[in-house]
Amino acid sequence: MKHQVMLRIGPASFRVGSAWPQPIVDLARLYAAYPQPEDGIADFTVRLEPTRPWRRFIRPSVFIGGDHMLADAAPMALAHGLLAAEMGMNMQMALGWRRHLLLHASCVEKDGRALVMTGESGSGKSTLAAQLGERGWRLMGDEFALLDPSTGQIFAFPRLVSLKNQAIAVMQGEAPAERFGPLMRDTPKGDIRHLVPNRSAVTRMDEGTIPALLLFPRFGFAPEVREVGQGEAFMRLTQASTNYVTLGERGFTALTRFVTDIPARAIDFSSGDEAIAMIDRLWETLA
Amino acid sequence: MSGALLVAVLRNPASASRLTPGDWNGLIAASRAERLIGTLAVRLAGVSVPASVEPILADARDEAAREARQALWEADRAAAALAGTGIPVILLKGTAYAAAGLRAGEGRFIGDLDILVPRDRLDDVEAAILTAGWEWVKPDPYDDDYYRRWMHELPPMIHKERDRMIDIHHTILPLTARQTPDAATMMADAVRLDNGLYILSPEDRVCHAAAHLFADGDLAGGLRNLWDIHCLLTECRSMPALTARAAQHGLTKAVARATRLANALYREDRSGLTAFDHLFVARLLARDGWGRETRKLLRFAFFVRSHWLRMPPIMLARHLWTKWRKGHRPA
Repeated sequence: MKHQVMLRIGPASFRVGSAWPQPIVDLARLYAAYPQPEDGIADFTVRLEPTRPWRRFIRPSVFIGGDHMLADAAPMALAHGLLAAEMGMNMQMALGWRRHLLLHASCVEKDGRALVMTGESGSGKSTLAAQLGERGWRLMGDEFALLDPSTGQIFAFPRLVSLKNQAIAVMQGEAPAERFGPLMRDTPKGDIRHLVPNRSAVTRMDEGTIPALLLFPRFGFAPEVREVGQGEAFMRLTQASTNYVTLGERGFTALTRFVTDIPARAIDFSSGDEAIAMIDRLWETLA
Repeated sequence: MSGALLVAVLRNPASASRLTPGDWNGLIAASRAERLIGTLAVRLAGVSVPASVEPILADARDEAAREARQALWEADRAAAALAGTGIPVILLKGTAYAAAGLRAGEGRFIGDLDILVPRDRLDDVEAAILTAGWEWVKPDPYDDDYYRRWMHELPPMIHKERDRMIDIHHTILPLTARQTPDAATMMADAVRLDNGLYILSPEDRVCHAAAHLFADGDLAGGLRNLWDIHCLLTECRSMPALTARAAQHGLTKAVARATRLANALYREDRSGLTAFDHLFVARLLARDGWGRETRKLLRFAFFVRSHWLRMPPIMLARHLWTKWRKGHRPA
C-alpha cells in the first residue's frame, strides 16, 4: 500500500498499510520508541482502505481490513484514522492470536507481580491502569492481558492507551503533553485521545510476570469491595476472552489455574483516587 | 503479485528459503486471504524458515488441526441426527477430505459441513436435522423460495448451540445449471469409511470439485479449491477412468479445465492451456502482497459468468433485479 509502518507490541508484530498518509504519520510518531518486528516479518497485516475507490478523495471513508476481518465492521471517518488503525490491530489480536489466552483486561505490574483488571467498557479499568502506570506501577496494557498457558505468566501488550471522554482530562493531569495523540472528537465511542505508555512500559514490554490479584472494577458506584468466587471469576473471564474457545483444552487449563491461584475481588468506586486507595489496601493484604 | 508467489511456494516448498522479508509478509497475507495458510504451513513443515515465521506457521497448523477436529465432530453429530432415518451420510468437500485422511485435507480450512443425501428423502432429512437442533439462517422468503426451487442444496442451517453451519446437498449443481451431473450414480458409488460415514469415489471427488469451481462459482477462493483438485487428481485410479466418469456426468469440459489449470499452477506444466484458460489463471492469481483482491474488472466478469452459467437469461435478469432492490451489490 502507498503508506505503511511496521511495529511490535509485546509478542505481536504488525504491518499497517494505509491509502492515506495521516494515520501512518500518527502511528509512526506515537510508536516511535517501539521495536520493529523481528526479521522485518510481521505476525499480522492491517489495511486502511477506502470503502469505495472514490471515497479515497471524496468524503474519505476508512474500511478496516487485514488478515482477520469482521464483515460488518462500520467504516470510519478519515479524521479518526488513528483509531481505525488501533481497532485494526486489536481485531487481529482478538480474532487471530493463539499463542496466549487473551483476556480483555488491563494489567499493571509491581515488584514482579501483576494486577489484572477486567470489566465491560466504561468500568474504568483502562483509566485505572493508565493512572497506576504513572504512579510507580509498570503498565502492561489497557486492553489485553496475555496469559501464557505453559507458564501461567501474564505477558504485556502495551499498545497506546485509548482514553475516552472524561478519562482524557484525568490523564492530562498525570502525563506530559508530548505523550498524547491527536484529540478525535465524536468517534463511535465518543471523544478519544491516545496516550503513549511511559518509557518503562515500552522498554520492559517483553518481561512476563506472575499474576497476583484479579479485580473487577466498576466506576460510578459507592465504594465497596466484594469477594468473587473461583466459579464466577472463571465464567466472567471466559466471556472476557476472545480466544478461550479456540484454544480448547489449553485455554481451559490455563484459566482454571489462573482463577485457582489468584484471589479475585469486585470493587465499586466513584473516583480514581478512591479506587487507587482501595487497590493499594487490597494489594498489601492479598497479593 | 503474491497470488503467484503463494502458488510457487506451495508447488516447491524448498524455494521458501530464498524469500526476502517483504516476500514473507506478502506470502503470509495472501495465504491468509486465500485461506491456504494451513496448507502452506503443512507444506513448509521441515523447511528452514526465519525464526519469526515459525510461530506463525505453527499457529496455522494448530488452527487446521482444530478445524478438522471440529468438522469431524459436526459430521458425527449429523450422522447421529440422521441415524433414525437409515439414510447414509455422504460427506463432501473439506470434511470428507479430513475424515478420509486425504492429502487435500492436510492443513485445510474447513467451513461448513456439506453432506449429500437422496433428493426423495429430503423431507425426512430436513425434519431430522431440525429436530436435532439446527435452525434456518436465511429469514428472507425470496431466498428461501429460491433455494428450494432452484438450488442443489437446502437453504443453509446453523446449529443453535454449536454455531456451525450445515449445507444439505441433494444434487451436484443448481437445477438451473446447464450441466446435470448424475447425483444418484455418485451416491451409489460412494465409499464407506471405517466410522460408517461415506465419501465420494476418487473420480467423483474430482468431478464434484471441478463442477463447483468451473461450472458454478465465480472463482472466489479458487486457489484453495484448485489445490484440492490438484491433490484429488493424484488419488484417481487412472486418467481414462476420470475422463469416462466426467463424460458420464456431462462435466468433460469442467474436469479437463480443472486438470489443465491444476497442472499449470501446481505442477508448472503449462502445456495445453487455452487462451481462455489464461483468463482463469489471471483471475485465480488476482491477489496482492497486502492480501487485497486485484483485477476488479476481471473479477466482476467472472461474477457475471457464474450467474450466466447458473441460470437462463430471463431468469437471471429477474433474479438480479430482485436482489438489487433488496440492496445486494457484487463485491
